[in-house]
Amino acid sequence: MTDATQQDTDTDADTIWVEHEALIDRIPRWVAMTLLFIVVVGIWDLATRLEWVSRIILPTPGETLDDLIFVGRNLASGGYMLEALWTTTRTVFYAFAIAIGIGFSLGVLVGETKFGERAVMPYLVAIDTMPKVAFAPLFIAWLGFDIASKVALAAFIATFPIVVATAAGLYAASENERMLFKSIGATRMQTLVRLKLPNGLPYIFTGLKIAAVGVMAGAITGEFLGGGSGFGALIRQSASQLDTPRVFSLILYLSLLGLALYFMVVFLQRRLVFWNKSQTPGGIG
Amino acid sequence: MPVETRQLKSVPAASQTRPVYQIARLSKTYARNQLVALSDVHLTINKGEFVSVVGSSGCGKSTLLKIMAGLMPPTTGRVVLEGEPVVGPRRDIGMMFQQATLLPWKTTIENILLPIEMRDGRAAARDARDRAMDLLTLVGLGDFANVYPGELSGGMAQRASICRMLVSDPAMLLLDEPFSALDELTRDFMNMELQRICSERHATAFLVTHSLAEAVFLSDRILVMKARPGRIVEDIRIDLPRPRTLEMINTPEFGEIVAHIRDLLGREAYS
Repeated sequence: MTDATQQDTDTDADTIWVEHEALIDRIPRWVAMTLLFIVVVGIWDLATRLEWVSRIILPTPGETLDDLIFVGRNLASGGYMLEALWTTTRTVFYAFAIAIGIGFSLGVLVGETKFGERAVMPYLVAIDTMPKVAFAPLFIAWLGFDIASKVALAAFIATFPIVVATAAGLYAASENERMLFKSIGATRMQTLVRLKLPNGLPYIFTGLKIAAVGVMAGAITGEFLGGGSGFGALIRQSASQLDTPRVFSLILYLSLLGLALYFMVVFLQRRLVFWNKSQTPGGIG
Repeated sequence: MPVETRQLKSVPAASQTRPVYQIARLSKTYARNQLVALSDVHLTINKGEFVSVVGSSGCGKSTLLKIMAGLMPPTTGRVVLEGEPVVGPRRDIGMMFQQATLLPWKTTIENILLPIEMRDGRAAARDARDRAMDLLTLVGLGDFANVYPGELSGGMAQRASICRMLVSDPAMLLLDEPFSALDELTRDFMNMELQRICSERHATAFLVTHSLAEAVFLSDRILVMKARPGRIVEDIRIDLPRPRTLEMINTPEFGEIVAHIRDLLGREAYS
């Protein structure tokens, strides 16, 4: 044995050390969520107790909770609120289906053909830059105060993100992948269906998530402006009566519909795009 | 199950001088910028021959490969494979790219069967499964047939893409810097594998590469290309005995050939 190794064995204790992680990064999720909830509701409660703001503008957390229970009971017993929620749910799903159908078709046209890219895309961009909510009176004039005008507005808002995402998804196939498909004699249709579409699915699902949010906003805006029997009409009614606790609880129940829609998209994405694990923070996308 | 295509055993090297790929008076000028990418290229590749092309970036070697693959039309000249003019992608041409380019939503064996699935449909691909398995075993990936490419290492993915190239039993293999994205040790190993597979199948191959050592190691002939306009300036025969080993890279003969090519290319780089 040489001198060098002899010396090494003199200090043969294992080198154990721990990497330091800051306290804020070590809090488990459920603790962190509860903590934040308590802080926000605490400040809210304090603000109403100390009358920083008027009760009419901001109800106390207690009042809101009472109303949440009241609305929940009405929904559970199949009251008029459930009917309103069902109207809004139908509006949202019809609109989402229409937006997917039109958005996907236009997206393929734009992403796959030069004609679509040259002729259709500029018009789409022009329309997309307009404030789409401004079209609501038109839809009401054309389709009446029934559910159809709300469906139209919601679908109109949700179509564009799907078009853009689908087109971007089709562009995403790499030069090598295109060359591979060309070299193995794939037809244009085969290249589209077997390469570009599956390859673009992560993009398309990102567009669908944006559209799911947009379709909710569109449906409620339509109900604000066009009346009818949906949840949006209920919210507007309660707000005009300065029943703020009711507005709060209606919005909370409405958010459940939005969440359901969003997680349906996420569920489908997990099933279809199994090879590409999305990297959204918190693992909820 | 087409038995006649299972030529995994070596074939006696008898009719070695039969030309497989013939190119004459080939030129390519890009209409976009009037760039002469290739000028008056003549080239004959015989059955069982391994030919490499080396040259600086922009010397036209990738253009040459794309024209040979039928992915791009020439401006003038004659491009003939097995007596048939190449006027588009063909099933008797197998290709390998810089990246393995496996589809992540298909298993390894489905990826290998992709060329057959595209040309002849799913039923034909199912019938060719045994042959694909044989190929996977040939490159040592027999246990990875039903694994998704995300779980393969870079070298394993490129071995799978070798199988995909071979599955339709092509007459000509076109290799576009296939191992340039791999680390050096994996690259050496892949070159050994490629040599073994090519000699077992008596394959005719054309390799584009940046690595002079790789070209010398694998080739029977090396074409040295120069740019502006892209042309072949020298056709070097490599007479090192086969099978070649990694130790041969350190022999004086090997070094002399590499030095000669480096000198040829270097003169251009400094001029």
